[in-house]
Order: sequence, then C-alpha cells, then structure tokens
Amino acid sequence: MGESATMPKSSPQTDLVYRTRLPVRLWHWTNALTIFIMLMTGMMIFNAHPRLYWGAFGANLDHAWLEIGNRGPHGYLTLFGFEVPTTGVLGYAMHTEQAFPPLVTLPGQYNVPVARIWHFFFAWVLVIGWLAFALYSLFSRHLKNDLLLKWEEARPASLWRDIKAHARLHLPRGEAARHYNPLQKLAYLGVLLAGVPLMVLTGLTMSPAMDAAWPWLLVLFHGRQSARSIHFIVAAGLALFIVVHLAMVLLAGPINELRSMITGWYRLPPDDAATQPVTTEEGA
Amino acid sequence: MTGFISRRGLLAGSGSLLLAGCDKWTTAPQTLDVLSLGEKASRSAQRLLVADRQALAPEFTRAEMSPVFRVNGSTNPRSADYVRHATEGFANWRLAIDGLVNQPLALTLPQLRAAPSRTQITRHDCVEGWSAIGEWTGVPLGLLLRRAGLQARARYLVFHCADTLLGKPYYESIDLVDGFHPQTILAHTMNGAPLSIGHGAPLRLRVERQLGYKQAKYVMRIEAVESLNPIHGGKGGFWEDNHNYQWYAGI
Repeated sequence: MGESATMPKSSPQTDLVYRTRLPVRLWHWTNALTIFIMLMTGMMIFNAHPRLYWGAFGANLDHAWLEIGNRGPHGYLTLFGFEVPTTGVLGYAMHTEQAFPPLVTLPGQYNVPVARIWHFFFAWVLVIGWLAFALYSLFSRHLKNDLLLKWEEARPASLWRDIKAHARLHLPRGEAARHYNPLQKLAYLGVLLAGVPLMVLTGLTMSPAMDAAWPWLLVLFHGRQSARSIHFIVAAGLALFIVVHLAMVLLAGPINELRSMITGWYRLPPDDAATQPVTTEEGA
Repeated sequence: MTGFISRRGLLAGSGSLLLAGCDKWTTAPQTLDVLSLGEKASRSAQRLLVADRQALAPEFTRAEMSPVFRVNGSTNPRSADYVRHATEGFANWRLAIDGLVNQPLALTLPQLRAAPSRTQITRHDCVEGWSAIGEWTGVPLGLLLRRAGLQARARYLVFHCADTLLGKPYYESIDLVDGFHPQTILAHTMNGAPLSIGHGAPLRLRVERQLGYKQAKYVMRIEAVESLNPIHGGKGGFWEDNHNYQWYAGI
C-alpha cells in the first residue's frame, strides 16, 4: 500500500527485499492464533460426540463413517468400518478417555460449554479477518499479482516441474525467491478461497437457527451431519497445511522467514548459479 | 512412600499441572465474560438474518426420519409427584400457565390433546453434535399464550420441569420471539404415539430453531416473567446456571 510504495524494494548489497506487506503480516499472525484456538476448542467440542455421519441425521444408533473411542485403557479409531488401535494418541491417552487427549484440546479438562464460548468468539475473529483480507487482496491486487498463478505457471508441465522440485527439497533461490512459487500459491489460495470459507459455511450449517434463515446451506452440504463431517475434514486439512507450512519455513530458513513475516523484509537466498560471490552467514 | 518418581510420571504430572494452570485461566469467569461477546454477536446476527423472525426450521418427510430416536438427559424422573402422575396415566396432571398473564390456566392432558395442534417432522440437534429426526404433534404455544393473555411486562417464558439433574430442578426459558413462533409447540405426541416417559411425557417443549437442551421435557408449569434473574441461578436454565452453556442456543 502507500508505505510500501515509498520504501526501497531492495538493497543490492544485502539482497534484502520488502516482500510481505503489513496487511498480509497482520492476517497471518491473527490467523496463526485464531486457527490454533479454533482447532483446539473444536477438538474439545468433537470429544462430546466423537462420531461422524453422512446425511441429515446421525446419532449413536446410526452408522458412523468415523469413530474414535475406547474399551477401557485401549483407544481406537474406526474409519469406514476398519479399526486401528490408537492407545496413547486417540481414544485413550494421558490416563483420560477422551477422543482427543488433553494435550491438544482447549480447555484441557473436558468442558464443552467453555470450548464453545471460545470457539464462537474466535469464529468471529476468523470471519472478520477473512472478510477484511479478502477485500484487501482484491483491491490492492495482492490476489492478482501475488497469489493467482500466471498462465505459464498453471500449465501441467510447469506444475509438475514445481512438484518435482519440492519433492527434492529444491526451493527457489535468487530472484525466483522474490515471489511465491506455484505450489505455495496454490496452498495459500486453498486456505483463503476454500479452507476458511468452507469452515465458516459448514459451521453455520450446524446451527439450527441458520438452517431456518438460510435453508440452502443444507442443500449445499447435503444435510447437517454431512456438514459436520466436512467441517471436521477441512479442519484436518488446515492442520495438515500448518504442518507442511512449518516444515517449509524450517527448510527455507526459519530466521529469514520469520523476519519477513514480522518486518516484511526478506533476504533472497543466494542463487547457486549466480557468478557474484554472496555472503551466506545467514543461510540455512 | 518410596521417594522414587519415574521420569514418565514426572512428565505426566508436570503436564497435568501445566494444563490445570491453563484451565484456571481459560475457564475463569472474567475470561468467559469477555469471550461471551462472540455468542452475543451470534444471537444478534441470527435474529437480524431471520428477517421476519418467523422463518421456519426445515421440515422433513416420514421417509427421512431417524430409524431410532435416542433418549438422553433425564429419562425417568423419580420425584414422588411425577411417579404418582405417571402411574395414574397423567389423569390428575395439569399444565399450569401463570406468572404475568391475565388469566392463569390449568389444562388437563385431554384438553391439550383436543386443542388445535400442529404436526411437524423436524431435526433435533444436541449440543454434543448428534442429530435425530422425529415427528412431533402438539399445541402451538402461541395459542395458549393468547388464551392466557400475556401482560405487557412479560418478556420471557420459563418452563418448569418435573425432572432433576445432579439434584437440581431442570428448567429452561425462551423469549417471546420463539414463544410465538409457529413451530414452537408443546408436544404430547411423538412419531404418532403418546409421548413416552423417556422423551418427556406428558408434555415436551419443541423450539425448533435452538439446540436440544432448550427442548424441555416433563413440562409442569409455564411462567411468564419480566426478567430471568430471580429464577433459580438467574441465567435462564439448568445448563446455563450450572455449566456455562449459553442461554441462546441457536448455534
């Protein structure tokens, strides 16, 4: 925005570039907090009834496609009728009979009403933050310039090349690191355009008052229990995103990445092919 | 005492200490007061979105009903009064409608069964996450409220129930928007049969745009009040008073 226009875009001596603008950094850190709290309180709410169904209804005597439970001190996960022992992780862990153990839930002790109060407060933070960021991305052209794939990037051959590069942990260096790479763009677009909207809409579908106000929600998600299942699956997707995202931060150089997400300034990793020698005291 | 503490035990112990310390803060009344803003915003947003405030909860066909509608919460009240009514087939049972009304009523079960009724196949959503679809037949609450004549000061309807949970009487309350909603009924019949004791005989509230804990069973008395503060714990219901559940259960 205005401030970034007046700042130098890079300084040749150090290869420092101003890569992450303030609204992006604000949304990032708001979400870092919000999504962790939503996941932790969501797992506590799930613990109240750790079974998932498809369709309009679903309760204890109906068929569940996923169930987490325990027989005495033995935890299990049942997926499409196939049972996996999960003692110590799911169903029974830390001497408690919770589907998700106290280590990952908020609150730690079984307490659904308190988890709901937290969940619905941060749901508003998530929605308001998303709306503000979506509008910003649209009008500042962040969406078009930084996130949407260029035509040549979206070609299957080019995507395949990027997948192979990621698989070999060859991350972009030099000038190429000035912009997000195609898989990175797809991951961020997925969270912005699919992940968060799906979480909010499936969450609303579970509300009986919203189903009266917006009956199309039930059509869209094939009933309340299907919406609850999708809510859970997309939440798992967001958790997976966080794991991969943190792994990439570690691989790409955590100090450099953290600085760019705090101050906006990013040091371009020296290009191996480049001829001029560059000091690399901060590499890796 | 051996004086020996295993590393694992120490880790588990310090872990639970840490968690207990966190919970002290995450469940503190001050924390919850601030965070309850989210629920208040949800309530306001939902009341605004339901523009005419009369939007109907989805209704289903017989083919879409749950094969078995599970029971939960209180399933067999043990109070002497209730047991006597149940053994008499509720012949001497009366529904009282009083409080801020011009004409207090005491209605028998045959009177309620003979009154104009509404039948609806709706989804019951428990706050825990499960749902069951069943068919309910009962008297529209608005009809009885008009008969009793609500006074201008009345703002809430309190449903006093025959059951107790953890030694405390169950009760619930709704506002007048839901009180006069066409789907808000006092159900005496479920899936075509007289309401069973497990599901709240002889009379159960159905307030279809809210979660299961608002659907008070074993309703004995409906009291019209100006404020919920003087009633029991003052938060409008058993779960609200005793367990931090929110009074508005639309989400």
